[in-house]
Amino acid sequence: MSQPELTGAQALIKSLEMQRVEVMFGLPGGAILPVYDPIIDSSIRHILVRHEQGAGHMAEGYAHVTGRPGVAMVTSGPGATNIVTPLADAYMDSVPLVVVTGQVATTSIGTDAFQESDITGITMGVTKHNWLVTDAADIPRVVAEAFHVATTGRPGPVLIDLPKDVANATMEWYWPGPSDLDLPGYHPVTEGDPVLVRRAAELLLAAERPVIYAGGGILKARACEALLELVERTGIPVVTTLMARGSVPDSHPLCLGMPGMHGNYTAVTAMQRSDLLVALGSRFDDRVTGKVGTFAPEAKIIHVDIDPAEHHKVRRADIAIAGDCRLVIEELLSALDALGLPACPGSGRAGTPGVPAAPGAAGVVRRPGATPMDASPGAEPVPGSPAAAFPRERLDPWRAQLAEWQERFPLGYIGQAGEGGLKPQYVLETLRDATPDDTIVASGVGQHQMFASQWWRFEHPYTWVNSGGLGTMGFGVPAAIGAKVGRPDRMVWAIDGDGCFQMTAQELVTASSERIPVKIAILNNAYLGMVRQWQEMFYEERYSEVYLSPDLPDYVGWAESMGCVGLRVTAPEEVGPAIDKANAVDDRPVVIDFRTDAAEKVYPMVAAGASNDDIVVDPALGQGGR
Amino acid sequence: MSPYGVDQRHHILSVLVENKAGVLARVAGLFARRGYNIFSLAVAPSGDDRLSRITIVVDVESAPLEQIVKQLDKLIPVVQITELDPAESRERELLLATVAVGPEERGQVIQLVGVFEGKIVDVGTERLTVMVAGAPGKLDDFEDLVRPYGFVELQRTGRVALPRLDRQAYPHDRTHQTEKAG
Ligand SMILES: Cc1ncc(C[n+]2csc(CCOP(=O)(O)OP(=O)(O)O)c2C)c(N)n1
Ligand SMILES: [Mg+2]
Repeated sequence: MSQPELTGAQALIKSLEMQRVEVMFGLPGGAILPVYDPIIDSSIRHILVRHEQGAGHMAEGYAHVTGRPGVAMVTSGPGATNIVTPLADAYMDSVPLVVVTGQVATTSIGTDAFQESDITGITMGVTKHNWLVTDAADIPRVVAEAFHVATTGRPGPVLIDLPKDVANATMEWYWPGPSDLDLPGYHPVTEGDPVLVRRAAELLLAAERPVIYAGGGILKARACEALLELVERTGIPVVTTLMARGSVPDSHPLCLGMPGMHGNYTAVTAMQRSDLLVALGSRFDDRVTGKVGTFAPEAKIIHVDIDPAEHHKVRRADIAIAGDCRLVIEELLSALDALGLPACPGSGRAGTPGVPAAPGAAGVVRRPGATPMDASPGAEPVPGSPAAAFPRERLDPWRAQLAEWQERFPLGYIGQAGEGGLKPQYVLETLRDATPDDTIVASGVGQHQMFASQWWRFEHPYTWVNSGGLGTMGFGVPAAIGAKVGRPDRMVWAIDGDGCFQMTAQELVTASSERIPVKIAILNNAYLGMVRQWQEMFYEERYSEVYLSPDLPDYVGWAESMGCVGLRVTAPEEVGPAIDKANAVDDRPVVIDFRTDAAEKVYPMVAAGASNDDIVVDPALGQGGR
Repeated sequence: MSPYGVDQRHHILSVLVENKAGVLARVAGLFARRGYNIFSLAVAPSGDDRLSRITIVVDVESAPLEQIVKQLDKLIPVVQITELDPAESRERELLLATVAVGPEERGQVIQLVGVFEGKIVDVGTERLTVMVAGAPGKLDDFEDLVRPYGFVELQRTGRVALPRLDRQAYPHDRTHQTEKAG
């Protein structure tokens, strides 16, 4: 029996349905018109954005929290170029995206036709792969290939460019099987080399100052449980990078929190002084290593990454294992079994909920949440086994050192006083404690992002949605919307800067009309705060083009005009009540304009290009500005 | 230039790619955006019409060879990469040049072409177009010897290469092939 004849456009939508796409984000136009017609009859929900950048970041937010590829569809020319930033963002952070762009008819390509742009050429460097479809019969196969490439190996964004005449042509429907994919050069690795895994396990047993350096690959590989098991069995402390926040609960006694330029003292210094760094799905980003030449000088490196090109790229690894983080960690656990370090009974998921300082209480506030490091967590080796040569007590001096640093250099700020601008940290602590543990937090890029990563307590994976590698201002609002679409059961907050908010706020119109009740906390310091901080510290307080304004635009009026509830908070005692009010709204978005203190800087800080040894903690906290 | 026609800091990558539109742009774009220098590049059909072969001579001082190979390997249409050490391979290149020589000097150039086992491709009143094929180092020598007569045009194809064959009793593969991964 012959298959039905479909147009290319119908075949595209049917192919997306075959991939079990439930939602896509987009905005139509001339070249993609044929594809928008069958959307009317499709099971796929289409969310009409107000700017194509919003569609891309929404698709990213959706992918971050669901682990499924985000899908966006836009027209040719300006529609396509508007989505380049999200593609670049997703490429840097390994987010699986499938973006479909309309294109002028094949007969017009190369003629500077209306709304023609060479989007496959433009996006070659910011996609894992892209396709220009020239024959309608190729559509199902290309869609299947696109989803396969986006979601396997190191995930990433892909783009399918569909010329209008190809969308209008007819084809005989089919759906390709796995062997029909035409990808002769694509064979992602999965399992690690057992010889290397065994050697890595031996290093884990012998190390005296080890640190696990967990990166975003842990979340991409859905390896959090395996990682927790590794941490607990070996008793090795773990740092979670900006991309890996939540992969190990912040309350876990062995979780040291975030390393890097604005990481906490203990996480940064633990890496610096370690004798073994176990990099799992992390890539030695310059924001983590500081000056590479002086980074962790005594550490041997085990580097597990699914992308072999990450090995030895920045720092030569002693053991480089190419493979999926979850599978390799599971192999490591088996190797530890074999060496005589079995699973330990009970897990250390303990937490001490933090209580922020009451308004008006001046003095230093320390970040609560982390349980003090236990004297000797970890499994007991089997007597007589190879592991028995390395009793878990060997780690005691190291853990005592870490505990001492945690005690001496906690994250802190000068507490909220009754007057003056709100302390951003105080707002975040209040918000953190007034929302459920599994709240999803998205952020923009700037000081507010660093404060959020520092002061939130991430207890669950996939609760932090963030633009790490590209650092895209304006990511927060649309990413939060996409996250809420993916996880409607969760509370979703965006922590945004006033500068960031102004870049993509119009997507709140999308959220209102689609009834996507996200909540936005603007930490409104009236400045491009992060840039201001650098000008203050490195340009002698010569502030150049960083002042915005606290009340232009009127954020509350703007929010209301977009169908949101708008609230403004200027006094410390209003913070809690406003958050409670926002949390009670679930039929529309809420925006809170928190008027924060522009002078507040993000500490600790390792200056760009400086060594991590030269980490500076907040001089105001009176610890000698170490 | 070394006796092999390239400095030791150059390496040859013989890359099998899918024979599809835009693949050369992907390869060239990768080198450009990651700051890897290309010394020469030649593209040609391979024995299999689904695949083409790109022979790239890379400057390994611009980036470690390992990084270049692994990044190249990540391009989806790249099917196989073979690294050829210049010392362990046979390289050939074609040179085509128009030399400004009139009837008096013509004989001298023709003689040189003969020494280098080349061919006279075209003869004009004041010009001569010649062709020489051979190891890149030989072409360098030829260029040096003919330059004084004056080149009107000079074109070289960029090299192609194959691994040197083993003459030992126990053969061992001295090339390194990168299996596609990642
Ligand atoms: C699209 C984009 N443009 C410029 C920058 C550079 N940049 C980084 S942080 C920042 C300031 C962000 O201001 P705001 O959103 O108000 O956040 P704050 O730092 O004040 O918390 C700027 C301009 C960027 N990261 N992204
Ligand atoms: Mg700001």
